[in-house]
Amino acid sequence: MTPLAVSIAGAIASFTLVLVVLELIRSRRLRERYALLWLATGITLTALSAWRDGLNTIARWVGVRSYPPAVLFAVGILFILAVLLHYSTVISRLSDQNVMLAQRLALLEAQVRDGATSEP
Amino acid sequence: MSETPTIVGSSPSVRRRFAALRRIAIVPAFNEERAVAGVIDELRAFDPGLEIVVVDDGSADRTAAVAAGKGVRVLRLPFNLGIGGAVQTGFRFAFERGYDLALRVDGDGQHDPSQLARLLEPVLAGDADIAVGSRFAAEDAGYRSSRARRVGIRLLAQVVSRIVGQRVTDTTSGFQVLNRQGIALFARDYPHDYPEVEATVMVFRHRLRLAEVPVTMRERDGGRSSITTLRSIYYMVKVLLAIFVGLFRRNVVPQEDAR
Repeated sequence: MTPLAVSIAGAIASFTLVLVVLELIRSRRLRERYALLWLATGITLTALSAWRDGLNTIARWVGVRSYPPAVLFAVGILFILAVLLHYSTVISRLSDQNVMLAQRLALLEAQVRDGATSEP
Repeated sequence: MSETPTIVGSSPSVRRRFAALRRIAIVPAFNEERAVAGVIDELRAFDPGLEIVVVDDGSADRTAAVAAGKGVRVLRLPFNLGIGGAVQTGFRFAFERGYDLALRVDGDGQHDPSQLARLLEPVLAGDADIAVGSRFAAEDAGYRSSRARRVGIRLLAQVVSRIVGQRVTDTTSGFQVLNRQGIALFARDYPHDYPEVEATVMVFRHRLRLAEVPVTMRERDGGRSSITTLRSIYYMVKVLLAIFVGLFRRNVVPQEDAR
């Protein structure tokens, strides 16, 4: 069985994550679009921590017999991997867009300079 | 500004005032090379004195070339920003160039410019800062769409109505007319993806007045709707999250006069 202290600590920590994410959205430091995965992480971990029977059952399903809270770690790591992978795709898109912006700026600058010198 | 359209039910003084206003149509377009020319023609037919700006949201087709060929100003975004970023580009342009009235009409042809007269009425009368064309304000709206999407739109409308304390029937409509205050608000702050629902709430929180006007929308001429079934779930979650978190934002003060 999961020790009660582990469940309480896990639930408090996960729920704090949810609150922090919501506060970051509220203060506009985090966009909803990039917050959804974090919220899913926080809510899932909160639920798994609080719902002790569920955690034990899931632990049995996946063959974890000695220490059910290990499932919490596994789920947490999976979510963190998902968030990281998502951010990798976001960074890739941002760097592509950054290249495009720099190129567009250089072309515009040339155009502006040409326009300025060709003025009678 | 020689000719002006007939504003239904308005007095000559309102019509004169309208003619004196600097007015601009903002047309966001993403891969709409087949529809955008028709929209421009219809806008010109509606109001020859209207400035038209097409915001090309990083289209891969000839949208920008087609629009430029029609002699309108084209703001070409270097990559796709999504509808919110594209439309806000238009609002910023309208704000910086000092336009008094902005008419937002989608580049896919689903908004019928001849119905703009109805949208203009409450704004010109001074009863609203923003007029929104609603597909559901009238009983026989006849708007055909997938069942799931209609249910989603209804649900959002109910949530928003409750929050703002005014009956709103169509929070996803991009068919809008805005006065200078509306332009100023959206130029400064506009939501990014799927913007209309959040924008509706924003309008009320800034104490601007919004009026819904019944309109009918057409089937899309060309292009593809940006909202697929799979994205609808993301849409609902994101929008509801944004609305509820937005309720806890402070510092939402009424705007001073834009000028």
